[in-house]
Amino acid sequence: MPPTEVRELTFAQAVKEAIAEEMRRDATVCIFGEDVAEAGTPFKVLSGLVEEFGTKRVIDTPISEAGFTGLAVGAAMTGLRPIVDIMFGDFITLTMDQMVNQAAKVHYMSGGKWNVPMVMRTTLGATRRSGAQHSQSLHAWFSHVPGLKVVLPSTPYDAKGLLKSAIRDRNPVVFFEDKMMYKLRGPVPEEEYLIPLGVADVKRVGSDISLVATSSMVQVALAAADLLQEIGISAEVIDPRTTWPLDEKTLIESAKKTSRAIVIDEGYGRYGVTAELASVISEGAFYSLDGPVIRMGAMHVPIPFSPPLEDATVPTDKTVFEVARKLCGRS
Amino acid sequence: MTATTGTSKIHPALDTKLLLHMYHQMASIRAFEEQVNELYTHALMPGLAHSYAGQEAVAVGICAALTRDDYITSTHRGHGHCLAKGASLDRMFAELLGKEAGYCKGKGGSMHIADPDTGNLGANAIVGGSLGIATGAAFSSKYLDLGRVAVCFFGDGALAQGLLYEELNLAELWKLPVLYICENNLYTEYTHYSETTAGDILHRATAFGVHAESVNGQNVREVYAVASRLVERARKGGGPAFLLCETYRYGGHHVGDINRTYYRSKQEEHLWLTERDPILNFAGQLIAEQVTDAAGLQEIESSVKAEMAKAVEFALNAPYPSPEKAEEDVYAAN
Ligand SMILES: Cc1ncc(C[n+]2csc(CCOP(=O)(O)OP(=O)(O)O)c2C)c(N)n1
Ligand SMILES: [Mg+2]
Repeated sequence: MPPTEVRELTFAQAVKEAIAEEMRRDATVCIFGEDVAEAGTPFKVLSGLVEEFGTKRVIDTPISEAGFTGLAVGAAMTGLRPIVDIMFGDFITLTMDQMVNQAAKVHYMSGGKWNVPMVMRTTLGATRRSGAQHSQSLHAWFSHVPGLKVVLPSTPYDAKGLLKSAIRDRNPVVFFEDKMMYKLRGPVPEEEYLIPLGVADVKRVGSDISLVATSSMVQVALAAADLLQEIGISAEVIDPRTTWPLDEKTLIESAKKTSRAIVIDEGYGRYGVTAELASVISEGAFYSLDGPVIRMGAMHVPIPFSPPLEDATVPTDKTVFEVARKLCGRS
Repeated sequence: MTATTGTSKIHPALDTKLLLHMYHQMASIRAFEEQVNELYTHALMPGLAHSYAGQEAVAVGICAALTRDDYITSTHRGHGHCLAKGASLDRMFAELLGKEAGYCKGKGGSMHIADPDTGNLGANAIVGGSLGIATGAAFSSKYLDLGRVAVCFFGDGALAQGLLYEELNLAELWKLPVLYICENNLYTEYTHYSETTAGDILHRATAFGVHAESVNGQNVREVYAVASRLVERARKGGGPAFLLCETYRYGGHHVGDINRTYYRSKQEEHLWLTERDPILNFAGQLIAEQVTDAAGLQEIESSVKAEMAKAVEFALNAPYPSPEKAEEDVYAAN
């Protein structure tokens, strides 16, 4: 948790500051992506970087996701620390072979001789009215693959500290940013700090139920915790912050303490992140649990465009509140 | 296998009806996009939209050379393609507003209009995402002996997608009736195409033996003439072709992209708007050649305006789908 009484930044500013600091510190850090330079990405997250670091290091690419991701893998193996920008998380599908068969396996297949110190930054999250090919949360796919690390920041503070660690990591790291959270403000101290990958954070302490939430769903869980508070239920909110490495201990300890857990993630639950987290908690806290671990995620449909349909596909503070209330045996 | 640069010289004597039909369609697409902008600025449309204004002659000229059964695939900038292939205004607007009465029951939105009745396999929000689909439609047309041609519209940005080169190879290898229509509107989002495109565009196709030509995409007659020829060729088993249409995107990348001077000049925009406008220039020709007169064109403009107002009203008044509908249509029923 950040100290109070510090400067506030938006999520987008925190991401940019992390990159700028690492680029100042290490001349091998460079960025590849579509409209990352003058345009600063369509979300304007990288505005200003090209002015400071020039087009040698902030590199606009053609719309060749497979091509520049593969190139980044090779560049990472040979002395650079590339950051690859994939505008919408939906487009990671185009990079799958480069990430899954190449980046993830190079270190292992070479008997530990080659490294791939690269970061892929991309987005997740629905409710932007962008349709089925611009709204998915596909972080579970990369979380499935040994050799990749996956980061899901939920606050500006976490985004900055985790991204700096990701850039310094000697492995391929995929960093998912909720596109609806870019304007979220939060405290980010001026002094340098890093947050290690694989350490969960307790976003709110409670005693009756554990809400384990990732990325966009952390704010939803916190709002649900407020609602629960009003009816006398004390909810603990835990953010794993990385799906791999995973801080299993913190999740299990929380569930042991509260005896109830709901896992909330914006991806699909089926074979998804919530399935894995729920299983970790069930195995680790089985004898302390008063009920099944409940999973909440995106409805199992392609994300529809129409607002009333799209809104029905993602968990909200109200739906989390209802499920939590039931699990706590309140009517 | 030939790479013809420059514009096609052949101008078949087009009948008045076709010329006026093409004019009507271009005027209609332009008005549609103006209306979309209006809806966006009044916060009546969810999400974003990518305007086709400026490129009307491409969609209209190509689709005029197709039958209703022929297939098209479209892009994120797809309203013009869908309308030119015969989509109706009211159901288009309804889809853009996320209404149940829309072409996709509100599930698709601006970037995903699809309509089997007009051979529209769907607009795609993945750059280059429909290259395979169009090539596959051409394959099935040949396999089933349907005599249909498939047209794949895509932007200059899609030239950077590797899939294009796999499909060009397959299409030529199997002599598929597919036309790859590359609309070079000079920009991919906020970047000039010259900064993302190495080498010669037509050579990309001719390298695979695919017949390739380019055409002035601001001249609907020229587009129609070359499209008719390539469609006939494909229908007769002559195989795929690649057509590069030189055109221009009048607005921003999307309706919200207002401040553009950091990536393109006002003078450039002004030049295309005033000297190369496909509708203005076509109007001038129609009058000069006495196909119609100013009053005739005015009549078309007025009917376009009335149609547009009616369609928008329909869409604004149409109900949203009920939330349970989100779970329908994931799988086809057996
Ligand atoms: C695979 C993929 N990468 C990136 C994007 C984001 N994007 C949407 S449109 C666009 C530019 C497309 O340019 P072009 O193909 O020339 O079409 P135009 O917008 O000019 O019609 C980009 C990069 C996308 N939709 N799909
Ligand atoms: Mg373009």
